[in-house]
Amino acid sequence: MLIRIDPRSAEPIFEQIVFAVKAALARGTAAAGQKLPSVRELARDLAINPNTVVRAYEQLERDGVVVRRQGSGCFLSDRGKELGAVQRRRELQDLLRRAATDAFHLGFTADEVRAAMDQSLEQMHFERNEKETT
Amino acid sequence: MTAILQFDDVHRHFGKQEVLKGLSLQVEKGQIYAFLGRNGAGKTTALRILMGFLEPHRGRALVFGKDSQSLQPADRARIGYVGEGHLLDPTMRVKEAIAFERGTRPGFRTDLAERAVQRCGLRHGQFIARLSRGQRAQLSLVLATAASPDVLVFDDPAMGLDVVMRREFLDAMIDLLADSGCAVLFSSHILTDVERIADRIGILHEGTMLVDATMDDLARRVRRGVLQGATAPVLADDRHVLRSKPRRDGYELLLLDAGPEELARLARLGRLDDLRAPSLEDLFLDLTGPDRPGLLSEPVRELALPAEVVS
Repeated sequence: MLIRIDPRSAEPIFEQIVFAVKAALARGTAAAGQKLPSVRELARDLAINPNTVVRAYEQLERDGVVVRRQGSGCFLSDRGKELGAVQRRRELQDLLRRAATDAFHLGFTADEVRAAMDQSLEQMHFERNEKETT
Repeated sequence: MTAILQFDDVHRHFGKQEVLKGLSLQVEKGQIYAFLGRNGAGKTTALRILMGFLEPHRGRALVFGKDSQSLQPADRARIGYVGEGHLLDPTMRVKEAIAFERGTRPGFRTDLAERAVQRCGLRHGQFIARLSRGQRAQLSLVLATAASPDVLVFDDPAMGLDVVMRREFLDAMIDLLADSGCAVLFSSHILTDVERIADRIGILHEGTMLVDATMDDLARRVRRGVLQGATAPVLADDRHVLRSKPRRDGYELLLLDAGPEELARLARLGRLDDLRAPSLEDLFLDLTGPDRPGLLSEPVRELALPAEVVS
């Protein structure tokens, strides 16, 4: 899994790491059970403060994307499949409502938002994941 | 969290020249604080006061909560300091410099120092007087970090280092932080390094802090953009427009916490374009650079980010 950051981005570096890990799972370039680089390795690779990596890993753990095993490091998990249907649905709605609200304030119509969403899904190769699960 | 390093309204003048006019900042455990400013802004003076080499004329500097003017040897042993110019005894050889450090600093890790010296391609028998400026810088850093200090204070550590050496230095700093969670305060001119590694930055300009903010805050809350074809003058205000610089066809704006409402207000005045988080270099130039001749410009306003309003 390749984690890249853009220090010039408006997104804080720890959030970029969180997103990069989640995106790798979504795209299928990383799989559940895979070990994340150690805090020191990733900090050195990206030339960032190790505390920033710790913060990102903690966030990933809270989001249920990563499990920490004492002494052996952080591993990717697939919490999505373990969560109840109601909870999954609720989280998805939360996410989309937030995106829809922001899109409205940027002046987009519902159709434009739908089209953009489709495009994002294609980029993420979600279709492939769908085939796997159905 | 308690501050490991702290400046509290520090003033210092040399003759009639006021170099520091009320400097305040804090560095906490695990934090990397980058201290930025143009040449002559007062960075070195501030760091020398922090190390107890200079007295402040007003206010105080604290290390581990103790006044920097009365630091005991036990406290000093916990500080890794590399000053401007990388002072080393030129008559020593590399191995003697290592032995000297080992003898004067209780926590000195000879194995770490030896490994680092090898990685930089230095040899034990080399005389310090014969080392290049970059090699001397590297050796100073190795000696300062190998003592596993709780706090690192560097005055422009990257000066004279090439890209590879700079990366080596960043790695040494990262390892120390990963091991011990020390606090780091360093001044630098290499803003691309700072952008990645620093958690917090301070921009010192003519003895006053213009910015003291976390990198996350800067990235999230500050925007730079261009307003073209403005129908009315756009002036800096105390709310969202930190700076407004007239240019031929409009204004260059530096915005803080500009939400949809503020953006809509500006969009009514002209075409708002190219809105993005400024790079550190842009921000630095915007705030400290000389104004372009012939252009009217608002005076620089302090960019002390107010607490975020959570609605």
